[in-house]
Amino acid sequence: MTLIHETDFGTPPAGSAAMVRLTIDGASVSVPEATSILRAAMEAGVQIPKLCATDSLNAFGSCRVCLVEIEGRGGLPASCTTPVAPGIVVHTQTERLSAVRRGVMELYASDHPRDWFSDPKQGANELFQVAASVGLREVRYGSDGCTHGAAAKDESNPYFAFDPARCIVCSRYVRACEETQGTYALTIAGRGFDSRVSAGMEEGFLASECVSCGACVQACPTSALIEKSVIAQGMPEHSVVTTCAYCGVGCAFKAEMRGEQVVRMVPWKDGKANHGHSCIKGRFAWGYANHRDRILNPMVRAKITDPWREVSWAEAIAHTAAEFRRIQGKYGRGSVGGITSSRCTNEETFLVQKLVRAAFGNNNVDTCARVCHSPTGYGLKNTFGTSAGTQDFDSVDQADVMLVIGANPTDAHPVFASRMKRRLRAGAKLIVIDPRRIDLVRTPHVEAQYHLPIRPGTNVAVLDAIAHVIVTEGLVDEAFVRERCEGEAFRRWAEFVAEARNSPEAIGPVCGVDPGLIRAAARLYAAGPNSAIYYGLGVTEHSQGSTSVIALANLAMATGNIGREGVGVNPLRGQNNVQGSCDMGSFPHELSGYRHISDGATRALFEAAWKVPLDAEPGLRIPNMFDAAVDGSFMGLYIQGEDIVQSDPDTHHVTAGLAAMECVVVQDLFLNETAQFAHVFLPGSSFLEKDGTFTNAERRIQLVRRVMAPKNGYEDWEVTQMLAGALGYPMHYTHAREIMDEIARLTPTFAGVSFARLEELGSVQWPCNEQAPEGTPVMHMGGFVRGKGRFLITEYVPTDEKVGPRFPLLLTTGRILTQYNVGAQTRRTDNSLWHDEDLLEIHPQDAEDRGIREGDWVKLASRAGATSLRAKVTERVAPGVVYTTFHHPETQANVITTDYSDWATNCPEYKVTAVQVSPTNGPTEWQEHYSELGRATRRIAPASAAE
Amino acid sequence: MSPEASAAAASHHTLDRLVYMANQIAGFFESQGGGTAGEDTATHLRRYWEPRMRAAIIAHLEAGGAGLDDTARAAVARLEQRAKAG
Ligand code: SF4
Ligand code: SF4
Ligand code: FES
Repeated sequence: MTLIHETDFGTPPAGSAAMVRLTIDGASVSVPEATSILRAAMEAGVQIPKLCATDSLNAFGSCRVCLVEIEGRGGLPASCTTPVAPGIVVHTQTERLSAVRRGVMELYASDHPRDWFSDPKQGANELFQVAASVGLREVRYGSDGCTHGAAAKDESNPYFAFDPARCIVCSRYVRACEETQGTYALTIAGRGFDSRVSAGMEEGFLASECVSCGACVQACPTSALIEKSVIAQGMPEHSVVTTCAYCGVGCAFKAEMRGEQVVRMVPWKDGKANHGHSCIKGRFAWGYANHRDRILNPMVRAKITDPWREVSWAEAIAHTAAEFRRIQGKYGRGSVGGITSSRCTNEETFLVQKLVRAAFGNNNVDTCARVCHSPTGYGLKNTFGTSAGTQDFDSVDQADVMLVIGANPTDAHPVFASRMKRRLRAGAKLIVIDPRRIDLVRTPHVEAQYHLPIRPGTNVAVLDAIAHVIVTEGLVDEAFVRERCEGEAFRRWAEFVAEARNSPEAIGPVCGVDPGLIRAAARLYAAGPNSAIYYGLGVTEHSQGSTSVIALANLAMATGNIGREGVGVNPLRGQNNVQGSCDMGSFPHELSGYRHISDGATRALFEAAWKVPLDAEPGLRIPNMFDAAVDGSFMGLYIQGEDIVQSDPDTHHVTAGLAAMECVVVQDLFLNETAQFAHVFLPGSSFLEKDGTFTNAERRIQLVRRVMAPKNGYEDWEVTQMLAGALGYPMHYTHAREIMDEIARLTPTFAGVSFARLEELGSVQWPCNEQAPEGTPVMHMGGFVRGKGRFLITEYVPTDEKVGPRFPLLLTTGRILTQYNVGAQTRRTDNSLWHDEDLLEIHPQDAEDRGIREGDWVKLASRAGATSLRAKVTERVAPGVVYTTFHHPETQANVITTDYSDWATNCPEYKVTAVQVSPTNGPTEWQEHYSELGRATRRIAPASAAE
Repeated sequence: MSPEASAAAASHHTLDRLVYMANQIAGFFESQGGGTAGEDTATHLRRYWEPRMRAAIIAHLEAGGAGLDDTARAAVARLEQRAKAG
């Protein structure tokens, strides 16, 4: 294995269909019009020395190293900024060019430290490479020419360091911050030889606007910006391409290694979801895999008040199997179940649901997608015919209008947010519907045309009002609807939305938005010509979550914004494998590929393959499992890689359900909050330690590759397989790829997927089968999966979670860039430097009414419970609305959230809770009790006491 | 435990939730018009509710069905008929 070196073509591809023929160093070359000479040469295998150019950025033309001679033209033009022209004859190597290049490089070298051997990047420093390639052998100027030598290093960022002495001011990293990331955190201060790069207003990286995406570090040709892990460990020697295990963007990375040690994670240029970009989480926050809190040995205990006892794998597995069989013997076959994880691979998820259906003999399997995107499944399936986003990410480059609703991409889907921002800077228009003024509303060089700051819980109302404008102002795409949708259903829907009670004027007061704004936003969306909807959990996590998804699908159909590039309805998935875990049959009513368990033909297919009869009835969903536990009919639960105590709503109910069970099995990296209620702990493996696949928000299936042996001894699917064996249902997989082969055999939309195919294509978007052997980037082209698109009526039903005198404010929740969900991973990295506690955002007016100042401890109470945290006074939230994140177990924001849920799927209503906020002086009684419980239930007995 | 026995054991909390959910579902299908709300609600319950949840709501209807809206009531009655027939 070696280090992967991607080819740098110097400038981005031109993307023109017209070709131009020219001659470079005697060879005839044909390239798309507007290609730079630098790129044309590189494509023909001729490497022109360069410093300030790199193919992820637009050409800048400042270093003057890439000069060429063109016959018949005077001077020495820079090849990075000079486009090709028909018939020109270019020379890249002449005596004159060599002399000029050597001269330029000598100047650069004179201004750079001469300790070339101690340079952290060693031979990978491009400055040295170019110096060598132009034949620079000596530097005639003294090192007092080194203007930045005395400038202090900036080591404030925990992950990378900036050494101004090694900076050649090529501005590659400034441009990376602008063009690739879109943050504009860096500036060049001073002029000429005195110029230097600085973060923000010279306040150092940590305190600046920098979001630690790492784009600048990657773009830097010298060692001025470099990962601290490289300084500490040295340059890596081999790389393995794998997929980020954090969010649903699914960035591809090169894990750059020394032996079994990860030195750094570098975004992979050929990754089709991220095209070489990353965010702080995937790029830097992987250290949790080596964290001392990781549990590496299985443990059991009789009661949750006992200390844990470390045991062998054999004992833990035998014990679990015996307990589950005992429980089923006593309480019935349906008294146990399992929860699959959107953090785990497709193969692992598939195996857990197989374990439940085939070995437990029931359908009590659910997944954490229950609490995030299950309404997407219901809504898109019933309108379009399948439960998935309609586009690939690249489609955004063709969008003229983006409607972002209930999503906060710059924090939750950062790499895609950078893509959106780039498109917006190029002129696309933006509508944001969100109770909070999310960053995207106004960020450098991007400003939303319309921000509709709706009251939480009124999504359906505002979407109906938008539809009203589209129907009553004649903005419907009649031809599309006639050809592609069910006519009668459309007619009924159009009549419904046209009713006066759905007009912006009637709805405005309901959702707290000026009717004029709603009308303007509706007209802009309908005008397109390409309008794309992007939505997140602010849409789904409501009592009308499924209805909102349907309303979005209706809008796209009515305006013909579906079934081609640049448009569509796109759920931004929270976790890395939410799409995959849903695809893999994790829901209690569905087998893989969204086929209902009551469908005899599908069941027969699985029964034949699995050689066991399957139950035709749907199983319990997660919240129903807790209900059944409290009622005494559900007693055993196998939870793989999910922390339901922290992530699920109404913590009191969740913990009551778990406490009522007789055998809770947690398989995870850490003793998470749920493990406090567990009787068996099975150590899990990190994404660096396993083979498998993840499926991102654009249905893209990508390989996860094992870069080191699992520290706990097994990949997660192997543990499931051992458990199945102990239950008397042996499985015989020897590698994750064999599980994927089975998935492909049993799932028509995956029929063409295999590890070999993924190796060959890099990644593939399902459906991938005989009709689409290379996958399907854009769905519903020419026809919907269900045939004709179906409009459904979306009557607005206000949530029963209402404000009143006791609870006058509405709480909504979300996440922040540096932390990830329950924080189990990110809290165990330096990311906590940015966000070490959950804060309550409150509007200045509401704060003043309550005598609350910035940083004060406040008590946040709902009818479900109370917690305390510190206040952040900000106009980002509207009066009457408060907001917090849920990354820290000390806060336990879900103690506050209630048991209201989506009517169709039971997806909890996280986004609306009536609360009161009052000053306090510290944690609540519950928090103190809970932290005491945490200490008590995490005890591990010393090894000597294990007998 | 048989579905019937567990239905009998369903706590107040669970029953309240089931009634609430059944009414929510019925509300959606009522809003679709077309006169098939009872049937559509029953189909939804059959496709998404686990048998002990269905048994509990049927038992609740038999005990008077307090709190169930008309459409939800009609839907649960359908479930009951089918359960008896099957
Ligand atoms: S890490 Fe990213 S945001 Fe920070 S300065 Fe570099 S490019 Fe800009
Ligand atoms: S955007 Fe998402 S997938 Fe990409 S690096 Fe960040 S967390 Fe990972
Ligand atoms: S690479 Fe062309 S001027 Fe720097």
